[in-house]
Amino acid sequence: MTATVVLLRGEGLGKRYATPVLSGVGFELHGGEVLALTGENGAGKSTLSKIVAGLVDPSEGEMWLEGQPYRPRSRKEAERLGVRMVLQELSLVPTLSVAENLLLERLPNTAGFIRRDVLNQAAAKQMAMIGLEAIDPRLPVSALGVGHQQMVEIARSLVGECRLLILDEPTATLTSREIEHLFHQIALLKARGVGVVYISHRLDELQQIADRVMVLRDGKHVETRPMRGSTQDDIVRLMVGRDVHEALDRPRRPAGAVAMRVKGMSRGTVVRDVSLSLHNGEVLGLAGLVGSGRTELLRLIYGADRKDSGEVLLGNATTPARIATPVQAVKAGIGLVTEDRKSQGLLLPLSIRINTTLANLKAVAGGGWLKRDEERVEVERLRQLLRVRSDSSEQAVGQLSGGNQQKVVFARWLHRDCEVLLLDEPTRGVDIGARADIYAQMDRLAAAGKALLMVSSDLRELMSVCDRIGVMSAGRLVRIFERGEWSEHALLEAAFSAYLAADAANGAKAA
Amino acid sequence: MSAQIKPISTRTAVTSALGTVAGLLVALALMVALFSALSQYFFTADTFVTIANDIPAVAVTAVGMTFVLIIAGIDLSVGSVMAVSAAAAGIAMLQWQWPLLPAMGLAMAVGLVAGAINGSVTVAFRLPSFIVTLGMLEVARGAAYLATGSRTQYIGSKIDWLGKPFVAGLSPAFFIALAIVILAQIVLTRTVFGRCMIGIGTNEEAMRLAGVDPRPIKIAVFAIAGLLAGLGGVFLSSRLEAADPNAGIGAELVVIASVVIGGTSLMGGRGSVVSTFFGVLVISVLEAGLAQVGASEPTKRIITGCVIIIAVVLDTLRERRKRTS
Repeated sequence: MTATVVLLRGEGLGKRYATPVLSGVGFELHGGEVLALTGENGAGKSTLSKIVAGLVDPSEGEMWLEGQPYRPRSRKEAERLGVRMVLQELSLVPTLSVAENLLLERLPNTAGFIRRDVLNQAAAKQMAMIGLEAIDPRLPVSALGVGHQQMVEIARSLVGECRLLILDEPTATLTSREIEHLFHQIALLKARGVGVVYISHRLDELQQIADRVMVLRDGKHVETRPMRGSTQDDIVRLMVGRDVHEALDRPRRPAGAVAMRVKGMSRGTVVRDVSLSLHNGEVLGLAGLVGSGRTELLRLIYGADRKDSGEVLLGNATTPARIATPVQAVKAGIGLVTEDRKSQGLLLPLSIRINTTLANLKAVAGGGWLKRDEERVEVERLRQLLRVRSDSSEQAVGQLSGGNQQKVVFARWLHRDCEVLLLDEPTRGVDIGARADIYAQMDRLAAAGKALLMVSSDLRELMSVCDRIGVMSAGRLVRIFERGEWSEHALLEAAFSAYLAADAANGAKAA
Repeated sequence: MSAQIKPISTRTAVTSALGTVAGLLVALALMVALFSALSQYFFTADTFVTIANDIPAVAVTAVGMTFVLIIAGIDLSVGSVMAVSAAAAGIAMLQWQWPLLPAMGLAMAVGLVAGAINGSVTVAFRLPSFIVTLGMLEVARGAAYLATGSRTQYIGSKIDWLGKPFVAGLSPAFFIALAIVILAQIVLTRTVFGRCMIGIGTNEEAMRLAGVDPRPIKIAVFAIAGLLAGLGGVFLSSRLEAADPNAGIGAELVVIASVVIGGTSLMGGRGSVVSTFFGVLVISVLEAGLAQVGASEPTKRIITGCVIIIAVVLDTLRERRKRTS
């Protein structure tokens, strides 16, 4: 390391929403170094980097930029001070040209008329700076591949002064050649004295590019150490924590007959040839990194997205069930608790009553007419069974807390009485009290012989709730662990496995 | 650990609907009082009977439009559909010597087909209903000109009794419209179909993932809107005693304005047929009153436009306050 200047220092940084997601994190970033930031899903990487970039206001803690107190109140303010962040989601305007996107905030103009020649020249210079001379700045962004769009996004961050650049999973959509190119650019930035924060869970990349690695776990700083001399194993151990998994031991639930078999389910590169069987009376977990295809697998089973190939067999049927739409899935006895209950699960301005009976209106109707008294009685029963904290069944679900909203979604599928329940992050944004109620409800469902398939990013939750845990990595179901076989380390290793294998293959090709 | 829940009135949905109707009644009362003060001829049975016999065409069409807005769609074609349906009825009565009732049935069937096409194209190609019904606005108007040879077909007494006084000075058309308003309100609040409409307008994706197929419901709603526009066309003919290919030009705007004044949301998911009926009343009382006080046509239009905007602003403010309370 050549630089010794402390560019950015943070102390005791924290952020709490309903619960703390980050607390007491301190760090130092030097000019001209690449600091890798890593950790499990939900460890606080994004929150910390968004605090630095001015996108999130910290609840506690202080920062200093080159010795001056630094507390950006907006992304704009951070950018004015030379702190920039490239977000995972692209924020380019696809219909405008590369040049217009690059200089969107300061388009060269004369009395409001854009000076295209000046604009394109400036853009070309900017692109050349990061080695993208090959791209014509006059092309619309939508004409570029995703990888090049990502590079344009990075180029845009470098317009104007840039002292600190945060890259959040920049290689997720890049090919190995583009990654090489990106790394070359990062090396150039380093030489210019720019400090780089590099967020990724691709450990081999971190080893290649980073000078030091900082590991977060559960919103807390675990350790920052030099990259040189750290093995991937060391880092995984830091991410998981040395503490052996607590008393998560419980007997495996007695599994019944096969409730559902999934065979060769595929969609593009997102879900690749996944097969599994799910038994009555068990909870099968699905672990994996964000983007490993877990949500997509559930949506394919449910008919919410179109599959390229694959089939679903229910019970002891020998012919595949016809499930091309959610309507058919629900008819076949499958329910889905969606990942995003606000946009995909609930009718927020409407009452608990209306939301509860939605999937099974026939049960509270005769000849198309709603039997309002029966509906009221039934919903009231479910509301009390699930302990939905609310004034009455007529309260709008939008007014409930996250946990109680999720209980309403559960109530809907209880009302429907489906045989197979697909659960996508069922406890996300749910407070601890409501969480226990939801686990208890899952227990009751399993005991009643229902089959549950549950996606979660919280390994500890999976380990305590599930009878088996399947791990997905880069679209494939890489392994199914039986209760007793798993440890956090083994699960996480499996979750990373396909990414490492893919990169090894890429490396081999390059060699 | 317990979640913090704000104590919020649970009767918000009911009070909201009542609040809309109450607000519209107050507005109506104020308008009646104002026009009565300005013109000695306004506050008479004659005026109110005239208004009542004027509204059926707009009222039944607005019922269909309420359904369409509740599922977050819009139907710009209703004015033209009124004309083509009326033309079909007129030709059936004049050239084929059909009696009124089957001719009315034909008009409604023509409207139903136009609406079903609107709905099917919207659903099948996932297009905004704005564009599809804008196309139908032209198609149906063209069809109306074709069918009538671009001439007003005089029908006469065969149809005019629909709009003539029947009981207490009120016409059969008025009673039919009233019955349809009540029936539609019951469908909206008491049936599975009505529940699904509200759900689709609130969050179509959530409905789909709950296992309710939104497509047939959306097609049915547009078909109903077309059918009711067809009936509205017959009512319009009965007032004119003719099938006029130019009938109902711009009617879609009056209809949409009535529905929106009635508090139905253009964003979908919220609405009431009864409130729509009061919205229709507000507009026709305003028109009749302005005519009585001798306002010129341009003045009438300016004032009507302002009333529409004020009504929607008030409704939006009320909704916003409810949400933040």
